[in-house]
Amino acid sequence: MNTWSRFNIASVVLGFSFLYLPIVLLVVFSFNESKLVTVWAGFSLKWYVSLFQNQGLMDAAWVTIRVALISATVATALGTMAALALTRYTRFRGRLLFSGMVYAPLVMPEVITGLSLLLLFVAIGFDRGFVTVTLAHITFSMCFVTVVVQSRLLSFDRSIEEAALDLGATPVKTFLEVTLPVIAPAVLSGWMLALTLSLDDLVISSFTSGPGATTLPMKIYSQVRLGVTPEINAACTILIGFVAIGVIIASIMTKRREVQRQRDEQAAFAGR
Amino acid sequence: MNKLGSAIFSRLVIIIPYAWLLFFFLIPFFIVFRISLSTTAIAQPPYEPAFAWSDGLSGIWEKMGQFSFDNYIWLTEDSLYFNAYMSSIWIAGVSTLVTLLIGYPIAYGMAQAPRTLRPTLLMLVILPFWTSFLIRVYAWIAILKPEGLLNQFLMNIGIIDQPLIIMNTNWAIYIGIVYSYLPFMVLPLYSALEKMDNTLIEAAQDLGCPQISAFWKITFPLSIPGVVAGCMLVFIPAVGEFVIPDLLGGSQTLMIGKTLWNEFNANRDWPVSAAVATILLLILVVPIVFFQNAQAKAEEQGR
Repeated sequence: MNTWSRFNIASVVLGFSFLYLPIVLLVVFSFNESKLVTVWAGFSLKWYVSLFQNQGLMDAAWVTIRVALISATVATALGTMAALALTRYTRFRGRLLFSGMVYAPLVMPEVITGLSLLLLFVAIGFDRGFVTVTLAHITFSMCFVTVVVQSRLLSFDRSIEEAALDLGATPVKTFLEVTLPVIAPAVLSGWMLALTLSLDDLVISSFTSGPGATTLPMKIYSQVRLGVTPEINAACTILIGFVAIGVIIASIMTKRREVQRQRDEQAAFAGR
Repeated sequence: MNKLGSAIFSRLVIIIPYAWLLFFFLIPFFIVFRISLSTTAIAQPPYEPAFAWSDGLSGIWEKMGQFSFDNYIWLTEDSLYFNAYMSSIWIAGVSTLVTLLIGYPIAYGMAQAPRTLRPTLLMLVILPFWTSFLIRVYAWIAILKPEGLLNQFLMNIGIIDQPLIIMNTNWAIYIGIVYSYLPFMVLPLYSALEKMDNTLIEAAQDLGCPQISAFWKITFPLSIPGVVAGCMLVFIPAVGEFVIPDLLGGSQTLMIGKTLWNEFNANRDWPVSAAVATILLLILVVPIVFFQNAQAKAEEQGR
């Protein structure tokens, strides 16, 4: 048994170093004094200073944040509805097509989604810009929300919902006061996932964006093509920082809730 | 009253996301197909429509005769496209296999870890997935360049005395895909392995089955749903990958996502890029349906 666990530890440690080393190196070299991203020349914050003076990048960051907040919120609403539809109503006309349309975007190559959405916007004569990028982001991220919320709904004890309905609560009230509080952590993590997917997206944004709606990944991409600079490392480090803080806060919150729930359950059993 | 409200609520919950996906996901594919049958024009938008919705059904029927399959014929005549499809499938296939070989031991190790440690390990796998894809690919440029960190390291410890040329070759693409998609492989594998009943293995071992053959006879077959889901999650998007071949691969790299992007943005040939997308979709339909069946089965079991 001992040799197995040593093998297990080694593969986990090696795997995680492979996953994290490139990101760590990127962060380290954003603090490099030299313009080269491969030779260490001392600690400096100058790339962060020049980043904040770069108006183009700042504008792009602002566009990205607005698109992400709006699209993540709408996608969470739509995705939660789709998850309810898939788990609660097992029989309705066109359910197969519906579940197909929910799962296909998860694996669809971005170039196809981007091109098809662009051609849709052109076909209906919609000018490309902020709105089209947001609509595109809602479409691809809502399916990820659905998968996250659906997995929570599947392990949900439906009898408490039925009890609420039997006692005369309206379906909307039942959803808001019984279902939503229970699935709230999943809805929140779905929202966060949609937010980061939107913050990250390059390919679909490039297809569906128009003048005046350049997002941060598009800006970073066009600069990366000209060469690797510490300024981009600094921009990436800030993005990583935001995501890491968000994920850590979310996981602490879920853990607290979990502990609270267990305590409540124990109290309920003890009181019986 | 309650029953009526319930009916309205359930209708709305189904209809709203359904309509959204129909309009923004399904209909666009038909538009792509329609434009792939039209001819290029120097105009805005740069194509001559094959048929217009305003023609009415009879008008569309009439124009069906004039459909131009030129773009598809063009795709078969120029070997560039054929080679791009083939090399995309090959690169995605090899990368998927390598990701599976690397991801399986990681997922297995995680599933065997002490119960208290597992949530942390799980979060550590998910975390890179939440950081930007573009950033993670970008991070590899500084590592793989001829004067990059990997070559500096290997030359300093004396393994090589000439820098390895990895950047701008297919090697860099393999590394990029394996790295970027590894979490997609580990997560379904982990959830399959974590559910596994360890007493089965113990029973096999008590009955004298060696550890390795217990793994192949029990653990691996039970983890096959995870293997299938992981491979599909890596293979399908990797075939159409654009960012990785564009940033890490050289100008010689042929991958269909990059070809489509160039056709669209550089050549502004919308009908041909629509035809490229249609064929790519046809190639991927089989693995996508496969993936959906696996998902539906998992959903069924969860119920």
